[in-house]
Parts: sequence; C-alpha cells; structure tokens
Amino acid sequence: MSNNNVLEVKNLSVAYGKVEAVSGVSLAVGEGKIVTVIGPNGAGKTTTLSAIMGLLPSRGEVAFDGSIEQVPEVERMVVRGMNLVPEKRELFGSMSIEDNLLLGAFQRHRSGKRDHLETMEEVYTLFPRLKERRLQQAGTMSGGERQMLAVGRALMARPKLLMLDEPSLGLAPLIVREIFRIIAELRRRGVSILLVEQNARAALQVADYAYVLENGGIKMHGEASTLRDDPRVIESYLGLGSKHQELLST
Amino acid sequence: MDAEIIAMLGQDGVTNGAIYALLALALVLVFAVTRVIFIPQGEFLAWGALTMAALESGHFPATVWLLVGCGVLTLAVDGFSATGRRSIGRSLLWNLAYPLALAGLLWGLSLAELPTAARVLIALAIVVPMGPMLYRVAFQPVAEAPVLVLLIISVAVHLAMVGLGLLIFGPEGSRTQPFSEAQFELGSLMIGGHTLVVLAASVVLIVALYLFFDRTLYGKALRATAINRNGARLMGISPALAGRLTFFLAAVIGVLSGLLVAPITTIYYDSGFLIGLKGFVAAIIGGLASYPLAAGGAILVGLLESFSSFWASAFKDVIVFTLIIPVLMWRSLTSHHVEEEE
Repeated sequence: MSNNNVLEVKNLSVAYGKVEAVSGVSLAVGEGKIVTVIGPNGAGKTTTLSAIMGLLPSRGEVAFDGSIEQVPEVERMVVRGMNLVPEKRELFGSMSIEDNLLLGAFQRHRSGKRDHLETMEEVYTLFPRLKERRLQQAGTMSGGERQMLAVGRALMARPKLLMLDEPSLGLAPLIVREIFRIIAELRRRGVSILLVEQNARAALQVADYAYVLENGGIKMHGEASTLRDDPRVIESYLGLGSKHQELLST
Repeated sequence: MDAEIIAMLGQDGVTNGAIYALLALALVLVFAVTRVIFIPQGEFLAWGALTMAALESGHFPATVWLLVGCGVLTLAVDGFSATGRRSIGRSLLWNLAYPLALAGLLWGLSLAELPTAARVLIALAIVVPMGPMLYRVAFQPVAEAPVLVLLIISVAVHLAMVGLGLLIFGPEGSRTQPFSEAQFELGSLMIGGHTLVVLAASVVLIVALYLFFDRTLYGKALRATAINRNGARLMGISPALAGRLTFFLAAVIGVLSGLLVAPITTIYYDSGFLIGLKGFVAAIIGGLASYPLAAGGAILVGLLESFSSFWASAFKDVIVFTLIIPVLMWRSLTSHHVEEEE
C-alpha cells in the first residue's frame, strides 16, 4: 500500500469471549483525509475503534504512522499521536473546562513539548464557547458543549490521527451541523480523521473515503462521493428524499 | 473535670487528630485513584517511626535491607512483564542501583552524629520508595480487579508487612526524641513544643497536597484518574503511573506521620495498624471521597479518643471504633445512590 497512509489496519478481529464482534476488518486512513466508517447499531464500529486504540485486545495488524503495533497499548498510542474521542466523551466532570483541556496535553507535556498554551489558544479559536466558559465545570455543560470539549481536549495532544466515535450522537440537528463544520475545518488544518457515524448522510457528505460495516465485517468501501450515490447505501442508510435532513447536514 | 483538664484533653485530641487527618487523607487519595482500601498505610507509619528510632540510637536501620529486597522483587516483576521490559533501564536504576547506593551511603556514615533534619530525610529516603514498589508488585498486575479483590490483597500485604516488621525490628517498642522540647504557657495551659510541630507540619502538608492537586499537571492527572479512569487513559495518563505516584504520596504521608507520632507514643512493629484504623474511621466519615470531611472527622476521632481515655480508658478504642456505626447509618440514610453520567 502507499506510504502516505497514517493508519493501516489489516485483518483486525476482536472477540468478546467466544463471540467474535469484529472479524477480518481492513481499512486505511490517508494523510490529511477524512475516512468514515458507517453502519447500523451493533455492527462493531465502536469495537473497531477501541481495538485500534488498544482499549480492547485484538488480533490482526495495526500500522500507525509507518510502524506496526503488535499489541496496541493506549498510552503508547497517545504518545505516538493517535487520539480517540469516545462515544461517551469521558470528560472529567468535576474539573473545569480549562483543566480538561490541559490534561489533553498531558502526554505531550510529559515528553517535553511544553506548548500547551498556544495549543489551547488554537482550540479556543475553534470553539469560542469553551473560552467563554473556561472556568465552568465540565459536568454542567450541555451535550453539544461537551462534545466540543471532548474534541478540543483530544486536539490538545496535537494528534496525527483523530478518531471520533459518533460525535453527533444525541445532539440537536443544528449542533450536529456545527460539529461537522468543525470536522471539515480540522481537515483543512491537516488533521487526519477516522470518523465513525450512524448519521451516514452527514458523514458521507464530509468524508473523502468510506467503509460500510455490517455484522462485524466490511461490506462495501469506496470514495465517499461514489457511495453517496450507490443505490444499496441509499436504501439502507440514507433513505429517499428526506430533503430536510439533507439541508441540515450541509 | 475542670477547664484545665478539658483544655489538656482537647490539646491531646487535636494533636492526635492532626496525625489521623494525614492518614485519612492518604487513605482517601489511594482509594480515589486506585480503588485500593489501603490497610498497610499504618505500616508505613510504624516503619518510618522505627527507622527513625534506629537512626537515633546509631544503629544501621534494617529497613534498608527491606528496601533492597523490595527493589529486587520489583525488578524481577518488571523483567517478567512485556511493558516492564520496555523501561528496564529505569527499573534497574530505581530498584537496584538506588537501594544499594543508599545502603552503601548509610554504611559509611556515622549515624549517631547526624542532625535531626538529616535523619528525617534518610528515614524518608529509605521507606518512601517502598510505596511505589509495593504498588508495582502487589497491585499493578491486578489494577482492573474488583474492589474486593484489591481489599483482600491489601490485607495480605498488611499481614506480610507486620510479619517483616517483627522480623527486623523485634518485639520491643521505641520512642523517638521530640522535634522540640520547648514549653509554652497559655493561661493555665502548658503547650508542648512538639504539639505545635505536629499541628504545623500537618497544616503545611495538607496545604502542600492541596496545591499539588490544584495547581500542578501531575496533581490534576491524579484527580482526573480518580474522576474517570477511562478518560484519563485516553489522555495517556496510565493507571500504572497514577498508581505509583499515589502510593509514593501515601508512603510520604505515612512516614511523616510516623515521625510525628513516635515522640508522643511508643511505637511497636504492629502499632501502625491501630493508628491507621483510626485514620480509616475518619476517612469513612468523609465517605472515602471527601478530603475536608475526612480531615474534620480525624479531629473528631482524636478528641473522642482523648476524652474517652479520661472517663473510660479501657474502652477508648471501643468507643472510637463504635463511632463508625452511627456514621454509616447516617450516610446510608442521607445519601442517594446516583449513577453518574460521564
């Protein structure tokens, strides 16, 4: 495969006990690209991300930034520039927004790169709302603000690859639009993104390349613009003629 | 009972309470970050106090050999694990080179002539590193285990440490010299200089801990781990690092409170347990979660202990530990179990 892939996953399998939740998944994320994995509930999307990050034991090969991780381990992946924004956000609820952001730079700070103040300013320009509320406790924020904080906190590590798990889940349509606007903005700034979404329409709109995951395996993949017009995808994931949704996702 | 006796008992109670407060804070800290109910907290107190006593009498402190032993064990555990081998160089330095260097240094020094401050530092240098080593050997391999399993390991570690304590210190108790012999008169009340040292040291330590957790990145990282372990891992804050740092702090607090308590009461190899348990009662008053409530509870425990030793000295421990029953009833009646959204 080409050398400008940030992430290459080959034959990844994850089992919960004897039940194989993900089997033989291969995917790649090109540098500076947005790649999305769409699929229904329970298809194994979150499991795949967790395994790549090293949160779950898996079999297969994960090559990140040019070198292969036999056994991915969370802390090591963070050091190497991979960052996951999980579905549950996992914020530090009783700490201030600023402290949450600061901790995002923990590993970077530890390895001697003390540029967290600049990074924090960049995050604040991306999310002005966070700056307004920087002394407020993270647990008191609305769902949309929490998602912004979770993304902002991950950006504090200046990741090479940002993995977003269902960033639009449970958010009001206008906030979803805002989130996707920010995802597109991040690509403009050179961050590679692996995006897992149930909101297939919005995901395919913003992504460069897409994988469809069903029952733990890749069913289809291709350029996002091609999949957008694929009748099978339209039938299963996009639905017909919902102009309202289309408007919201752009 | 007149005002003078009340004032005297109060002074006693607050002094002991200050020491219990330190232990209670350590227990809350260790539980919040690692979910370990740290029964051996008191052993660090006893080992610190007895190491100090050995240094004062000019003996070579036998705890150094324990440090060397712990170090070798830790190094072996690191050598057998994949993640440990990755940083084997650092492990060699801290677990083998450091204890041996310290042993060599102490061998060369004439211990009886050292000033008190140097003795304090040496006692800390010997006993404190055993905290993180203990975490590495006993708790890190099972860090994700249920609280009950961690508690059982904690009890086992406590029993092992008491046994080792008997082996190296023997059954005799020791008392160390107070840090200050001064006496102050406040009305009719005599205040010992050591009492003031205990209170001042406790306040300074509590403020230092507060600043550490409120201002520094590592302090915030520990708090983050306590709030949300998964979230912290995703930031690259490894539970192993957090655990070792926490046990380091707990050991520092344990040794320092040992140094503070040893001039007040005779410390035996097994005295730590009872003192630690009183800290535990205080920590329970704070629900193993609230630092200010735990500290307040510790003062309450200290006062209750000193006043009950006046009226019913045979029952003083019974009375102190019985305090836990109304506290637990009150807590279970007033607290509502809420699933916190993360």
